[in-house]
Amino acid sequence: MNNHKLTRNLYMVPYAVWILLFVIAPILLVIYYSFIDIQGNFSFANYEKFFTPVYLKMTLSSFWYAFLITLFSLLVAYPTAYLLTKTKHKQLWLLLIIVPSWINLLLKAYAFIGIFGTYGVANSFLEVIGIGTQQLLFTDFSFIFVSVYIFIPFMILPIFNAIDTINPVLLDAARDLGASKWDTFRRVVFPLTMNGVKSGIQIVFIPALSLFMLTRLIAGNRVITLGTAIEQHFLVTQDWGMGATIAVFLIIAMFLIMFLTSGFRKRGA
Amino acid sequence: MKKKSSPFANLFLIIIFLILYAPIFYLIFYSFNSGGTMSGFDGFTLDWYQELFQDTRLFIIVLNTIVVALLSALISTIIGVFGAIAIRSFKKKQQNTLLSLNNVLIVSPDVIIGASFLILFTIAGFRLGFYSVLLSHIAFSVPIVVLMVLPKLYEMSPSLLDAARDLGANNWQVLTKVILPYITPGVFAGFFMALTYSLDDFAVTFFVTGNGFSTLSVEIYSMARQGISLNINALSTILFLATILLVVIYYFITQRSGTRGVNFRK
Repeated sequence: MNNHKLTRNLYMVPYAVWILLFVIAPILLVIYYSFIDIQGNFSFANYEKFFTPVYLKMTLSSFWYAFLITLFSLLVAYPTAYLLTKTKHKQLWLLLIIVPSWINLLLKAYAFIGIFGTYGVANSFLEVIGIGTQQLLFTDFSFIFVSVYIFIPFMILPIFNAIDTINPVLLDAARDLGASKWDTFRRVVFPLTMNGVKSGIQIVFIPALSLFMLTRLIAGNRVITLGTAIEQHFLVTQDWGMGATIAVFLIIAMFLIMFLTSGFRKRGA
Repeated sequence: MKKKSSPFANLFLIIIFLILYAPIFYLIFYSFNSGGTMSGFDGFTLDWYQELFQDTRLFIIVLNTIVVALLSALISTIIGVFGAIAIRSFKKKQQNTLLSLNNVLIVSPDVIIGASFLILFTIAGFRLGFYSVLLSHIAFSVPIVVLMVLPKLYEMSPSLLDAARDLGANNWQVLTKVILPYITPGVFAGFFMALTYSLDDFAVTFFVTGNGFSTLSVEIYSMARQGISLNINALSTILFLATILLVVIYYFITQRSGTRGVNFRK
């Protein structure tokens, strides 16, 4: 038994080092830097600045965009995942859904610069159906559309897995007991896939707050997310303290979401 | 089972596939455009490819990206697999704590990972460049490997391990003859996820890459910010073909290791 424990600890060493160096230390450093003002002194100035209308409005709008992106991803991803599990060769189809997510994100964003451009294919299409050329690039619509496009595969994967692992016996039982298709879905399938939906939301919502490259390339600085603000403070204005303060609030949001999803899971079980 | 042939369902899936692939084929299509823009196809040309292949700077960046991806996926898979096995043997409460810590980097926004690693490397006096990028990629790939491997470990009955030990297997044999063969699909999934994360990462790399070192994502970003250049399109064609090749390899690997997995499902 002792030998057994020793092996476990041996396996644990690199992983524990990883946790210390790359999970705990960075969080502590960000918190530390959030108390350093631009002159390099210890102060609460950054926090005072965060609670001014400028930063609060930016935070709210960032959350709103992330919410919309998550919602639309879920609305597209759930039926897709559900229908995928019904196909023959479903693993192959799933793989094909995931392939686009392996294409570099920047390339996809770049493709949309062409598609949504003034003379791009989207505008040619609008011209043909009679709406006429619109300004598509650098709008909220293009930002949300491209974000949803990028996140769909990440949302499909956990939901697909959740649906796929449902024991078919349960569905047969529901049918034998006289449940309609819709009842079966609402009372059996959907509750059983809640964990997949929750991890999908986790995977999409938090990164959606941080999409600074998309805001720069697609939204043309019109949309400022928390991510854009952090990048701006760290790499452009070199005000690490303020950047770290915004990061602290993002981390709080992150823990909140982790807490909520794991809390739900306990209640469900 | 009627749903299988429902035309509406098929139409929906087809539309999703079209939307997912359209931008990629759009890029590829215009990479052959002699016009120099992504609107209005003037004529067929291979000039952009020729220009691309003569660009040694870009070639080095591509090599950097591949090396970082393979190395980080490999190392993070090793750390993650052992980590997952260790986590599995802890008590339930400790497992939950470890998993929460594990998931921090998964739910963390890229910018926070990037910014905090930038602080970490700067404070530690670590020079930004290849090693800072590699370490960062390993760091954010470890948790996904753990998450891919753990379900397989939970699926495995503990009595299998007890049986192996009772029959006289030592720890090394338990690992290589019992645990690893059982969790192979999870390990491969983890490795490929790590590879994907690394190849696809832009934000973290953007923060921790110095002046001298660049990966493809960072390079594409700076090219794309300057507007449309069909070199990028030519590059995306090649990357797409490389991805397809990877997918085919991946598919055959999982098919082969999957034959074992199928038995468990029935």
